[in-house]
Amino acid sequence: MLLNSLLRIGLFYAVLIALSVPLGLYMARVFSEQRTFLDFLLGPVERSIYRVCGVQRSQEMTWAEYAGAALLFGAASWLLLYLIQRAQYLMPFNPQRLGAVEPLLAFNTAASFTTNTNWQAYGGESTMSYMSQMLGLTSQNFLSAATGIAISIAVIRGFVRHSVKTLGNFWVDLTRAALWVLMPLCVALTPVYVWQGVPDNLNAYTEAKTLEGTTQIIAQGPVASQEAIKELGTNGGGFFNANSAHPYENPTPLTNLLEVLSIMLIAAALTHTFGKLCGDRRQGWTLFAAMSLFFLAAYALALWAEQAGNPKFPAMGIEQRAVAGQGGGNMEGKEVRFGTIDSTLFAAATTDTSCGAVNSMLDSYTPLGGLIPMFNMQLGEVIFGGVGSGLYGMIVMAVMAVFVAGLMVGRTPEYLGKKIEAREMKLVMLYVLIFPALILLPAAAASVTRAGLSGIANPGPHGFSEILYAFTEAAANNGSAFAGLNANTPFYNLLIGFVILAGRFMMAIPALAIAGSMAEKKAVASSAGTFPTTGVTFVVLLGAVILIVGALIFFAGDALGPIVEHFAMTSGRLF
Amino acid sequence: MARQKAPALWSREIAGRAVVESLRKLDPRTLVLNPVMFVVEVTSALTTVVLVRDIVEGRHGLIGFELQVALWLWFTVLFANFAEAMAEGRGKAQAATLRQARTQTQAKLIDETGETKVVNATSLRREDVVLVQAGDIIPADGEVIEGVAAVNEAAVTGESAPVIRESGGDRSAVTGGTTVISDWIKVRVTANPGETFLDRMIALVEGAERRKTPNEIALTILLTGLTITFMLVVVTLYPFALYSTTRLDLPVLVALLVCLAPTTIGGLLSAIGIAGMDRLVQHNVLALSGRAVEAAGDVDTLLLDKTGTITLGNRMATEFIPVNDIHAAELADAAQLASLADETPEGRSITVLAKREYNLRGREFSEREAKFIPFSAHTRMSGVDLNGRSIRKGAADEIIKFVRERQGPIPAELDSIVERIARDGGTPLVVADGARALGVIHLKDIVKEGIRHRFERLRAMGLRTVMITGDNPLTAHAIAQESGVDDFVAEATPETKLRLIREEQARGRLVAMIGDGTNDAPALAQADVGIAMNAGTQAAREAGNMVDLDSNPTKIIEVVEIGKQLLMTRGALTTFSIANDVAKYFAIIPALFMVTYPELDALNVMRLATPQSAILSAVIFNALIIVALIPLALRGVTYRPIGAAPLLLRNLLIYGGGGVVVPFVGIKAIDLLIEALHWA
Repeated sequence: MLLNSLLRIGLFYAVLIALSVPLGLYMARVFSEQRTFLDFLLGPVERSIYRVCGVQRSQEMTWAEYAGAALLFGAASWLLLYLIQRAQYLMPFNPQRLGAVEPLLAFNTAASFTTNTNWQAYGGESTMSYMSQMLGLTSQNFLSAATGIAISIAVIRGFVRHSVKTLGNFWVDLTRAALWVLMPLCVALTPVYVWQGVPDNLNAYTEAKTLEGTTQIIAQGPVASQEAIKELGTNGGGFFNANSAHPYENPTPLTNLLEVLSIMLIAAALTHTFGKLCGDRRQGWTLFAAMSLFFLAAYALALWAEQAGNPKFPAMGIEQRAVAGQGGGNMEGKEVRFGTIDSTLFAAATTDTSCGAVNSMLDSYTPLGGLIPMFNMQLGEVIFGGVGSGLYGMIVMAVMAVFVAGLMVGRTPEYLGKKIEAREMKLVMLYVLIFPALILLPAAAASVTRAGLSGIANPGPHGFSEILYAFTEAAANNGSAFAGLNANTPFYNLLIGFVILAGRFMMAIPALAIAGSMAEKKAVASSAGTFPTTGVTFVVLLGAVILIVGALIFFAGDALGPIVEHFAMTSGRLF
Repeated sequence: MARQKAPALWSREIAGRAVVESLRKLDPRTLVLNPVMFVVEVTSALTTVVLVRDIVEGRHGLIGFELQVALWLWFTVLFANFAEAMAEGRGKAQAATLRQARTQTQAKLIDETGETKVVNATSLRREDVVLVQAGDIIPADGEVIEGVAAVNEAAVTGESAPVIRESGGDRSAVTGGTTVISDWIKVRVTANPGETFLDRMIALVEGAERRKTPNEIALTILLTGLTITFMLVVVTLYPFALYSTTRLDLPVLVALLVCLAPTTIGGLLSAIGIAGMDRLVQHNVLALSGRAVEAAGDVDTLLLDKTGTITLGNRMATEFIPVNDIHAAELADAAQLASLADETPEGRSITVLAKREYNLRGREFSEREAKFIPFSAHTRMSGVDLNGRSIRKGAADEIIKFVRERQGPIPAELDSIVERIARDGGTPLVVADGARALGVIHLKDIVKEGIRHRFERLRAMGLRTVMITGDNPLTAHAIAQESGVDDFVAEATPETKLRLIREEQARGRLVAMIGDGTNDAPALAQADVGIAMNAGTQAAREAGNMVDLDSNPTKIIEVVEIGKQLLMTRGALTTFSIANDVAKYFAIIPALFMVTYPELDALNVMRLATPQSAILSAVIFNALIIVALIPLALRGVTYRPIGAAPLLLRNLLIYGGGGVVVPFVGIKAIDLLIEALHWA
């Protein structure tokens, strides 16, 4: 069991590094407008997009203009997606004749998909027409991911450039992220999914007679093409309600491996893009190492908790040990074809990044196994994180770590040759403060109001975990569901929708502002007296700051949810 | 260097006054400048209100616990105030010595008509001209415009040897409070009363005029941000607890907030800053702003004048090298004769060397016997005509010409000796007696003892040293080699310095330099840290952002170390403060929910006796740690020049690792004590 899991994670990580390093270097070329092998194909497409949209590609933007463009684009996307859902009954490709999506749910879903969150308060197959899925959701999967990548590139530029006011052009970065990065990867991946058995059609649902003689309606549709971008763009919104646990979304161990890999691929690659662009590859490796440390620790802990299982199960005659024919562990809410190893790997990846796709039901995890995904998100979604947002979040945390401990080498703190002063600290603290505010305040409201309490399925600490998880994933733009919470109510649809929007834009704007302020600074030369931001010491320091800050903020809340539940379980109380 | 002695850390007098001050500092209007401690004060007041309510309503079960929490919360604020008051008190003690110099002084004001009248020194204004005679105290800061005098500056420098102050040149600035001990000078006043050097110095060390420095502001923002975040945690914990059917009392929530908020660094931050300034004053350096002290820690490049900083100041004769079969003693004798009337330091060093090496005494000659030829830039030689002999010493080419004119032979080896000395960075002086070339005197710059070691230390700190000299590149190179300086600029003019500073700054480096002359003023102003010598001109003193009262050019190294120490102390206590929270969480969280969820006792890793004693122990630890760290805040964390990476690792282990471990031990110990005393 141990050997098996070590082999698998080792193989997985080797493949991840082998793919993410070249991809990161490729992205560095893409965003510094150097030649790439796809230029001959995509160059004309890019130029015609700019011509049609009237984009002046050489026109550079200040941080405020960049943020404004991103905000405007987000608002327009949101409106379009809202209208598509409301009008889907008027449009073609609706073989199941699904009606208009209700206004509050449409608001929530539009907010969720345009912010790369992909929280779903609905079941896909029973709510969305193929038109809404393709034109609305799939395209937002691309565009919201491209927005995240673009912003992270602008933030990197803020640290790389000096004595200027501009961070690049949002429209150019957005277009290049979609055309050069996301499109080619999806084009490569979709046929593999189709080959493995993921459907990609526009047929009406099939009615089948089962062996027991009952009738089953088999949902289908343009799945494979959405599946690729769902993970690559850390979107996570499933075509079906069961998400990646559904055999049509994730049929085989190979698709499972590919899906986990795609979840982490771009976010991991961006660390190398960062290293390449700032002229010191070790800076990128350092962030990659810090992220990996958390990822592997989270995976190991969750796997241990799940494999240990639930002490009450053996009495009920449930075998939790690894024996011939099954891997053992807590199998409640897990697919038999994945077992605990692949389920927890998926869970760790999907919550470390802001993906939120799931191949098992986190609600059914052991308390500790369920705490890990939640805590992953509470750390600020910086362990690889969402495509782009993870990187800029990590950079903000690095600035904070440098500031806290950097003074200890006897110099005013600097990161990548930029001095960290009062203005940047204000923005960093704003970034650090907004995140817990978006989680704790609504969770507090939900835990004492009737509207909030009516949604929970289980009483006691588990119900509290459900509430806390919902707002955590919303603020972190993760979108994974703990399940158990009935979130399709006006209270939750509105509140979660707003938290999602704030979690995206109220975090991105300070990050861009920090970059803008860094870009204006002079670069400071480094010497033997300069605080080292590469190497093992800094990895440990960065990790400790992220862990301590995250734990200090959320430990109290978590203690009343999963932690107390864990200790209760070990003493025989379940909720 | 006369270092002012630091007052003992726990002087009874200072501590006594600090206790009173810490009560006065409770005034919320002043405390609001320190947001972290302000929050503690407000919440302490709230807790007190709850306590009073419970006393009035007669809830006897709670009163004992609430009273103790409230008391310790107030102590937390008081301890922080006490730290600040201690730092200020130590500064004041130093200022008191300075202030003695500012006792009532009379000034002899010269009015437009040239009449002198006696006025009170406090009535002097800028541009007034005063006459100061032997025995008078100089009434204000100013510039000597006429005359020359010996001045005792012990009042500001602690150094009793008098210094010469004269009009023009680089020794023209005088400081109010110092005493003229011979002759007279006319001084133009350059500072209004209350703005003089001494006034500024007193204000600075007392902390009265303290403004937050840039890094301190940024750090305050971090601490305030963390405090707000923890307020959010505590405020939302109340409804979370309600969900879990627990009603948390205000004192308990306040205790959690105060323990989580970075009170340790919040309480000690201003004390660290004041103590940093204080340390500079102890080294007789006066920073005109706290900003400059911080900048000193960031300096990358040090510009050092060769003369006086790296070398002793004057070239000295070190060797007599005779040519052909000439005896060395003969050369020494001739050289001494040629230098007898030479009052330059070089000339005197030749006489001394001859006396030391060959036991040749200086001789007296009457004007009739001997005719001394003084050095001139035109002839580039000097010497003596004595009893028909014409002895000359001087630049090689001029002496060779002198010998040739007298049909004397030029020894073959002369050229090679001259060249060798020049290559080694020395100055060759050729000596001739009429038509006979006798040999060469080796004049050499003497590098200060221990300077190589200091440069090694600076290099380890990550600083680059650049020597500035007017010498030719060959000489400069040799001295650079010998002293171990990283780089040098030869044949430098004052403009070279300014250009060099700008170039370094354009490369993103912070530059520090020391200067004294008027022509140094632009460079001092351009440098990020410009240290002016107190003995220098007023222009230099105003251009720099620090003044070294001892006029010791190597002081810059201490200044950089003090700057680094200040920043390190802040960083160390910030890290310590945040790391402390881990243990406090483990003490308080299980205690809060012990009734609802007894299972959480598993988190009570310290096995604290009761929920109440757990909370109380954390609050008491939080308050006492401030007092325990006052000495560290005032003395500063020891700086070690070992490079940033090892330094970071070391301090992370001590203050980060220690910060996690210490409170576990401390809280447990306090809990045992509380249990033994039955406080909770």
